[in-house]
Amino acid sequence: MTEQPMPLWEVFIRARSGLAHRHVGSVHAADAEMALQAARDTYTRRGEGLSIWVVPSAAITASDPADKDALFEPTASKPYRHPTFYEIPPEVGHM
Amino acid sequence: MTTIAVAETPLVLSLLRLADTALVHSHRLSEWCGHAPMIEEDLALANLALDLLGQARALYAYAAEVEGAGRTEDDLAYLRDAPQYRNVLMAELPRGDFAFTILRAFLLSAHAHPFWQAASRSTDAQLAAIAAKAEKEAAYHVRHSGEWTIRLGDGTEESRRRMLAALDALWPYTGELFEADEADRAMIAAGVLPDPAAIRPAWEATVARVFDEALLPRPADGWMHSGGRTGRHTEHLGHMLAVMQHLQRAYPGCSW
Repeated sequence: MTEQPMPLWEVFIRARSGLAHRHVGSVHAADAEMALQAARDTYTRRGEGLSIWVVPSAAITASDPADKDALFEPTASKPYRHPTFYEIPPEVGHM
Repeated sequence: MTTIAVAETPLVLSLLRLADTALVHSHRLSEWCGHAPMIEEDLALANLALDLLGQARALYAYAAEVEGAGRTEDDLAYLRDAPQYRNVLMAELPRGDFAFTILRAFLLSAHAHPFWQAASRSTDAQLAAIAAKAEKEAAYHVRHSGEWTIRLGDGTEESRRRMLAALDALWPYTGELFEADEADRAMIAAGVLPDPAAIRPAWEATVARVFDEALLPRPADGWMHSGGRTGRHTEHLGHMLAVMQHLQRAYPGCSW
């Protein structure tokens, strides 16, 4: 008997009220069609979704957690990138 | 042991046949809960079982209402013994291996889908409403069990061997899906139920499409098992009901 481990797929669901697909978890499945069905059966049991994407987990390139200082530290000293520094003229009112 | 005797008018009998097949198949699928080859399939089989359980409940509730003897859906499910069950025999066979479970679900849902589709145009408004909901569920059951049938049939040597064994075992039970007795003919004439002969081409087409891709041979129609719809069951149903009805039998009328 030949038994190969089932590939892993990442699941993205677009909720009823949502605009974009959001990552919700992962499933094991032999191929894309079965991954869609597994995602449907695992993650839309309570009427969560209107659309499903599945992507082979192997297709995702992830950043290395060890690189987090180099990648993300430099932004800590650039608070001026937040829009809170803009002064809004009073006549604009609430934006 | 309390058993009830339901007054089986043609409509009540027809509803019981549909409800019993759904409930018994649902129970067989639910036997996989916690035992499926992987968590994703565990949930998938439980989902199929719950769809069928929902259909059975709606059909029992309607049958009880039509009978008008003050019974509930629970009375019909829990207080009838095997000879009073009216399900097709295929539904009650022990769950078998995964190939058997999948092929049974495929053969039954490939019939259920066109059946409910046609029944959604029933002259009986209540049955038409139940059918309209069941039709969507059955469409997914065909898709799920059909895709698995293809992958197991055209899969590994092991999966193919199991699928062929399941096909040998199950095919002689397919004839019962297309039977029509006097009660059926009365319901067909009244436009309540679709004619099995009209369902057959859609069933054949679905079976042919999936078997073709699964590299499974369509067996010849030889001698067919029969009897479930009139209460003559295999020895397996009684054992299944003993488990399914145990709580209600041990503690009559209990609820929680």
